[in-house]
Amino acid sequence: MKVIYLDNNATTQCAPAVVEAMLPYFSEKYGNASSMHTFGGNNRHVIDHARQQVADFIGAAHADEIIFTSCATESDNTAIFSAVRTQPKKKHIITSAVEHPAIMEPYKYLEAKGYRVDFIGVDSLGRFDMERFKNVLDEDTALVSVMWVNSETGTIFPIAEIARLTHEKGALFHTDAVQAVGKIPVNVQEAGVDMLSLSGHKFHGPKGVGALYVRRGTLFMPYLMGGHQERHRRAGTENVPYIVGLGKAAELAQKRLTDGTTERIAALRDKLEKGILATVPDVKVNGDPEHRVPNTTNISFGYIEGESILMYLNDLGVCASSGSACTSGSLEPSHVLRAMGVPFQFAHGSIRFSLSDQTTEADIDLVLKELPAIIERLRKISPFSRLAA
Amino acid sequence: MWDYTDKVMDHFRNPRNVGAIPNADGTGQVGSLVCGDALKLTIKVNKDTDVIEDAKFETFGCASAIASSSILTEMIKGKTIAEASKITNQDIADALGTLPAEKMHCSVMGMEALEAAVKSYRQGGQPVVFEQQEEKIVCHCFNVSEETIIKAIRANHLKTVDDVTHFTKAGGGCGRCKGEIQKILDKVNGASAAPATGEKKPFAQMTVVEKIKTIELVLEEDVRPKLNMDGGSAELVDLDGTTVKIRLTGMCSGCAGAAGTLKNFIEKTLKEKVDPSLTVEQA
Repeated sequence: MKVIYLDNNATTQCAPAVVEAMLPYFSEKYGNASSMHTFGGNNRHVIDHARQQVADFIGAAHADEIIFTSCATESDNTAIFSAVRTQPKKKHIITSAVEHPAIMEPYKYLEAKGYRVDFIGVDSLGRFDMERFKNVLDEDTALVSVMWVNSETGTIFPIAEIARLTHEKGALFHTDAVQAVGKIPVNVQEAGVDMLSLSGHKFHGPKGVGALYVRRGTLFMPYLMGGHQERHRRAGTENVPYIVGLGKAAELAQKRLTDGTTERIAALRDKLEKGILATVPDVKVNGDPEHRVPNTTNISFGYIEGESILMYLNDLGVCASSGSACTSGSLEPSHVLRAMGVPFQFAHGSIRFSLSDQTTEADIDLVLKELPAIIERLRKISPFSRLAA
Repeated sequence: MWDYTDKVMDHFRNPRNVGAIPNADGTGQVGSLVCGDALKLTIKVNKDTDVIEDAKFETFGCASAIASSSILTEMIKGKTIAEASKITNQDIADALGTLPAEKMHCSVMGMEALEAAVKSYRQGGQPVVFEQQEEKIVCHCFNVSEETIIKAIRANHLKTVDDVTHFTKAGGGCGRCKGEIQKILDKVNGASAAPATGEKKPFAQMTVVEKIKTIELVLEEDVRPKLNMDGGSAELVDLDGTTVKIRLTGMCSGCAGAAGTLKNFIEKTLKEKVDPSLTVEQA
């Protein structure tokens, strides 16, 4: 059965050109980039090339502002703990209520350790509560970390404005941009961020590699200690093949932003969304239609449960994801949808479709053809569907 | 991805006995839209023999909830009311092969709907919504009573708070009741919390530094982990004779129960673990 992959916010396929670029560094070019001999030392130049590719991708002024990490979770943890450790007198930190657990969990840990923490809420469209943010930001704030794009709804936050307000109070600004890079133009200088996390596998790079951008002059303390690598900012032998893969993926993703690919993805996403809204009753799009990445749509199907929808889609080879409680192993629906105040009869039945440049019109047509029957079938089983009628 | 058995997938893909029996002899309902799963079970009973002649279900929920409901209707058809009443959630899970631990509550939902349908039949057919019988609700997110938790612990030999959450959903929301669930587990499983007392220097003979270190250790090991579960913490601010001054932080600061936390929990713990003479005050 053909896989119709509409879960690209979870992960993407590693591009063939990326795999090809990586392969020599597993086999013949296996040297340690820190070695004195040419055989290993040459790999340092290879890493520097990848560093430049990533710097160009996110508009960094200098390549040395890029630190390679093992994943975005490591980048996020590094940024948070660096910010609080370098400013020990400040005891207040801010984030949003809809972040990835890689931000949420360290924040809750610090809260338990005595930090004042504000989780800024969102409105029903998932928009950042700027007024509340302005009210809680003060001179005691060490760090503001707000995601650039929400993974579940694709909603884009006004990062430049949040960064500007943060700097007015003398705090550091970090953004988890995992769902932004590759989908929309990201420029760290224009946005004025101090630190930014990204992950390779979200834009056709390999899993197991990420990066943290740290603007020159930003207070910094490493998270992993025990080596001189990455200019003493991230210890551990450089993962040469994966770093090469990340660099190549960044270069390719940058091209896709300007060669019409993004517009093509947006058109397919819109076709999918409009098609579902036209054929299935009691559905609702979650997120901010005005400020949204082009590849994502999050749709709630009222009165039925998301896991059941996913499993019927799975039988057709269609891969998507859900914010329902049942899919996560937790018992409550997605914290993002709850923060938006999505009513329960819709929150449990939410499905996220996330496209990529590999998505075809035929993929979308198949979903549009099969989905209405799946929804109808589940609603027939549900004791609540008659409430809707 | 869940490891569902073929049987679960079969009942999910081809659910048996979907629908509602008109003028049913018994109607049992459990769950709600808020909870994320709900089941309505209707039965037709031969009043002379007490045999369940037909059963139908409507379910809002995940694959395992639909499969549990579907197989339940097959299990009870042809049984007398008395026989059907003996079916436990474990019987439902066994009939499906097995269910992932996190999904056991789906089988519990089946058992509860059946209980309600039987009650409805005995009361003359008026629909019965399964209700937590005990007035004492432990988990307010999912409306789970102490009695339900105790029943689940006994029937399924549950050992940990996570086990209880998997079977009853209690503790799966905000998590505030996890401490209470642990207490119920301790009570049911007869865990005696006998503190291991080694050779300890009497508190009165300690130096000030030793006193502070001893108190701080108890705070770190016995107090903060519990407060952390509610998103709060406590700081040792000062020690004046036997008066320990504590500042509550995080969610605990400004909490309506702060005074109770200080006296009933922190002071009690310090009296138990350090010295009975200690009293706690808010700093």
